[in-house]
Amino acid sequence: MATTVFKKTPVLTDTIMHYCPGCGHGIVHRLVAEVLEELGVADKAIGVVPVGCAVFGYKYFNIDVMEAAHGRAPAVATGIKRVHPNNVVFTYQGDGDLASIGAAEIVHAAHRGEKITTIFINNAIYGMTGGQMAPTTLVGQKTTTSPYGRDKDHCGSPIRIAEMLATIEGSAYIERVAVNNTANIIKAKKAIKKAFETQIERKGFSLIEVLSNCPTNWGMSAVESMEWLEQNMIPYYPLGVKKEV
Amino acid sequence: MAKKLMKGCEAVAEAAIQAGCRYFFGYPITPQNDIPEYMSARLPKVGGCFLQSESEVAAINMVYGAAGAGARVMTSSSSPGISLKMEGISYLAGAELPCVIVNMMRGGPGLGSIQASQGDYFQTTKGGGHGDYHVIALAPSSVQEAIDLMQDAFDLADLYRTPVMILADGIIGQMMEPVEFHNEQSSRAIPEKIWAAKGYNPNENRPRAVINSLYIENEELQELNDRLQGRYQIITETETRCELYNTEGAEVILCAYGTIARICKSAIALAAKEGIKVGLVRPITIWPFPTNEVRDTICGGSVKFALDVEVNAGQMLEDIKLAVNGEKPVHFLGRPGSFVPTADEILERIKVLRRA
Repeated sequence: MATTVFKKTPVLTDTIMHYCPGCGHGIVHRLVAEVLEELGVADKAIGVVPVGCAVFGYKYFNIDVMEAAHGRAPAVATGIKRVHPNNVVFTYQGDGDLASIGAAEIVHAAHRGEKITTIFINNAIYGMTGGQMAPTTLVGQKTTTSPYGRDKDHCGSPIRIAEMLATIEGSAYIERVAVNNTANIIKAKKAIKKAFETQIERKGFSLIEVLSNCPTNWGMSAVESMEWLEQNMIPYYPLGVKKEV
Repeated sequence: MAKKLMKGCEAVAEAAIQAGCRYFFGYPITPQNDIPEYMSARLPKVGGCFLQSESEVAAINMVYGAAGAGARVMTSSSSPGISLKMEGISYLAGAELPCVIVNMMRGGPGLGSIQASQGDYFQTTKGGGHGDYHVIALAPSSVQEAIDLMQDAFDLADLYRTPVMILADGIIGQMMEPVEFHNEQSSRAIPEKIWAAKGYNPNENRPRAVINSLYIENEELQELNDRLQGRYQIITETETRCELYNTEGAEVILCAYGTIARICKSAIALAAKEGIKVGLVRPITIWPFPTNEVRDTICGGSVKFALDVEVNAGQMLEDIKLAVNGEKPVHFLGRPGSFVPTADEILERIKVLRRA
């Protein structure tokens, strides 16, 4: 008799995702959707998707979704959460959206202890616009706007969002995870679940920073990109819980 | 209900609450701070929520979230702050979300001044943000009219799923006048917001809410734009409002909106004493612009010329000239910045123009 060992969660639609082969976004979408299903809150969930690679998130999450202006997802989520305090509200944002143009909105959502959850994809590059330098781009990393490698004297060092937000009083749960191998993916799912539980328990703001890969714009194969992440990103962006109340 | 003396900003805030507004997101800027201050005291008492945002940009995006969640929501600001909100207003228009935005105009450009001005006519009526969209823009000329327009503002927003702007100025915001709240219930049938995001259950008979203004395929974006333009056409045909004052048999027609229209009425009284018959056409909706009323009034047989009076370099003037289309002379009195003309100045200009 056949046994079901894996089943796609109904919290994802059947729409074919536009993400490039080997990209981590699809994995993180699945983890978020599975967590919402497992917590039994999919029918209370309202997602806010960003401008960037995840801009089409409203096609993939089988829940109510709002598309926000670039960087403003935490403000949009704040408006939703204040109207529906008993719903589960989350933002899904990339590093250009959250760490650059939306830096003010994420800092102040955390500062207010806004009872929302943010899934923050850090892949050290602008994906959707074609591989420009992000605030999270590593020193020396070549991008289409840092063709000689990021020079820290010229444009600073990459920003560590998880550590920065962990210093803010209103943050209740902050963790950095990665999705470059199976063991890390399992840990990432646990972290995402913990973040949503933090919101449901009304403890305050929660954010999971997910180190992810961008094979297309890094100019690598999927396997190479996962190794590059392990060797270059994790040493600068250490994994683990940064804040828990 | 007895009349009471109230400051414009506070009256607007109270009228919004009486119109069912329960959510306010805003950032301080002079001369409209009395609105957020009033809301911060009153909204928690009526089961609502006031939140001071980190910026005007965040405020308008909080409005987007709350509007998408189905709430009656508003924000307020003054000219430089409204400029910052313009991106968000374009998104609200594109995502077909209802909300009310109050602008107590101050002098510009740049940081400008904190005195009253009418320099935001262009950014209110000609877009301001990107793309082909309009907001319904109501321009009260007294504190009482500002109150009376608030219920309508929220109703129009919900009915047409569009942002509505109250375009007033620092004088209306800061002036105290005796006012009355009518507590009238809405006379319009407002459809239920089945499109709003509240949480999706596939087993319930409601489609999944997707609040969005991204249409990557040309044909899909065309569909949105056709829908918006069709709606703007209906709004123009059914919601255009304008006051005609003393226009019957007038030799001169003044054009003005907001506070300046009241100064024009004083000028009309002064002119009457000197035997000059002057009338006024006052757009109440500056978008949709009352093109037909303006044309019919100015192009009437007895009218020799029109004089448009604004506290700017001549912004509404363009819409008046388009309406009149060269059939009668249209003159302009006004200065950019915050110099508000007096009734005597207006009369003097009328006399000079009559002699010419």
